[in-house]
Amino acid sequence: MSSTEIQGFVFAALALLVAGALPYFGSDYVLSLGISIAMFTVLATSWALFSGPTHYISLATAAFFGLGTYTTGLGFESLPIWSLIILAGVLGAVLAALVGLATLRLSGVYFVIFTLGLAELIRQVITWGQNMTGQKGLYVLTDLTEAHLYQMLVALAALVFLVGWLIGRSRLGFALRIIGDDETVAAHSGINTAQAKVLLFMVSGAVAAMTGAILAPRYIYIEPSLAFTPLLSFQVVIMALLGGVHRLWGPIVGVIPFTLILETISANFPNQVTLFIGIVFLVIVYFIPRGFAGLIETVRNWSAWREARS
Amino acid sequence: MNQAVLSLRGVTKRFGGLVAVNAIDFDVRQGQVLGLIGPNGSGKSTTLNLISGALAPTSGEIGLRGVSIGGLRADKIAKRGVSRTFQLVRLLPGMNVEQNIIAGAVFGHRRRWGAAAKAEAARLAERVGLAGKGHMAIDQLTYIDSKRVELARALAPDPKVLLLDEWLAGLNPTELQVGIELIQSLREEGRTIILVEHVMDAIRSLCDYCVVMSSGTKIAEGTPAEVLSDPEVVRAYLGDEDA
Ligand SMILES: Nc1ncnc2c1ncn2[C@@H]1O[C@H](COP(=O)(O)OP(=O)(O)OP(=O)(O)O)[C@@H](O)[C@H]1O
Ligand SMILES: [Mg+2]
Repeated sequence: MSSTEIQGFVFAALALLVAGALPYFGSDYVLSLGISIAMFTVLATSWALFSGPTHYISLATAAFFGLGTYTTGLGFESLPIWSLIILAGVLGAVLAALVGLATLRLSGVYFVIFTLGLAELIRQVITWGQNMTGQKGLYVLTDLTEAHLYQMLVALAALVFLVGWLIGRSRLGFALRIIGDDETVAAHSGINTAQAKVLLFMVSGAVAAMTGAILAPRYIYIEPSLAFTPLLSFQVVIMALLGGVHRLWGPIVGVIPFTLILETISANFPNQVTLFIGIVFLVIVYFIPRGFAGLIETVRNWSAWREARS
Repeated sequence: MNQAVLSLRGVTKRFGGLVAVNAIDFDVRQGQVLGLIGPNGSGKSTTLNLISGALAPTSGEIGLRGVSIGGLRADKIAKRGVSRTFQLVRLLPGMNVEQNIIAGAVFGHRRRWGAAAKAEAARLAERVGLAGKGHMAIDQLTYIDSKRVELARALAPDPKVLLLDEWLAGLNPTELQVGIELIQSLREEGRTIILVEHVMDAIRSLCDYCVVMSSGTKIAEGTPAEVLSDPEVVRAYLGDEDA
């Protein structure tokens, strides 16, 4: 392990400790912000694990998230929450495998549209199922507090960073970077490109489903339009891109400011939320295509260069 | 004569109405450098694409040491020991020279990882004339160096058959000499190579045997001296020049 990696580990462990201790010193409002930040950190980081190297833009986050929400919604009376989270992860991975096998051979554009359609498709199926049984939504009444949910999310975030770090060092991670650079070269170097992409997409789908499973009790009442809202998919993409998807720590650098500003705007100017998202998107495209992480690296290289010259 | 490493039998590729490769037969023997030549658009690159798995043949058989590989996925064919370079150089722009070479060493016919892959990449960088350039970015490379990186990546899995698609094209006269010597040294190493080439000097000095294609069909085969004096070959080339 290199010294920068050790530094990174120490920093990550400290950050994890502080984040995990938030419920003991933060107010309810801070805790609720913490849940949003932890949720989007998990979603954006796992999204970037797949989309960063492959450049496939997935809009399926809402589909996996909703799947997880409904796993808890349907199962919380008979099964303990931890087993539902694992079950949601398995279901998310299976759904991702099916979607991946069907679409990842297609070019990027078709993939985007298919993933967007997927959330909508599942939402319609569930709505239809509820209409058949005469239900409208599901009550998820548990004795889990906000602090419990928050700490589960922080633990999941830690797991995602660990998995992401391990993948980055693995052959699979290297294969994905080659695929992202040139898929033809990847195939001719002996990489089963479809398999590598599907595996990573499964990781990303499993994590999003687990996030949904953890957060279901927070909503108390879940219905398809809430659990499968396409807005969630777009938010995750924008936060990840804002932070930068070429580094494991990139998305969180976008999630924190974005969530804070978004919360402020939706509290004070609830009608301007979409406008805000649109502006952030334009800023990314025109000014910071590699996100804050890219910006930070540029500044760092530049100051190193200045030091070297002086 | 020893057994053929690679053999093509009746290999055909159609693109809609166009027959780009038409019932091609040839064998490549162990350690042989086979020149695949012909005028522009005669189907040479398409033939390499069929062997490497970039494209699936419409019909015909491709055998690698007696095992049929025609129509397999490119990654499976690579794992069985076929490596290639591309007519338009394809490098990985997000990685440096060393990582570009390692990319060839990890998943293919012979697989290495970690320190072993790095050591092999360093050895190959030296072998193709890139010593000390491992940390250079791809966009800083001269044209011949980018070709060297691609060659090193193709050599990294220790292939049984190496396919070079106009690897010498676009080099200036000095570079060309260097390039010919480099391929000559691969030949002396005993590599089995299919060389698609337009440079006549290279064909004469490097190839043991030539197959000549024109409009998708094999029109001649034999030693370089034989095929280059074949009237039909001369006509095919001159016809191309008139066009
Ligand atoms: N993917 C493709 N789709 C349709 N037609 C193709 C495709 N690839 C090649 N062709 C056609 O097949 C014919 C043979 O092309 P190919 O690239 O194999 O020729 P070549 O001998 O390599 O020529 P050059 O010396 O110019 O590289 C050409 O007419 C070309 O236009
Ligand atoms: Mg060609």
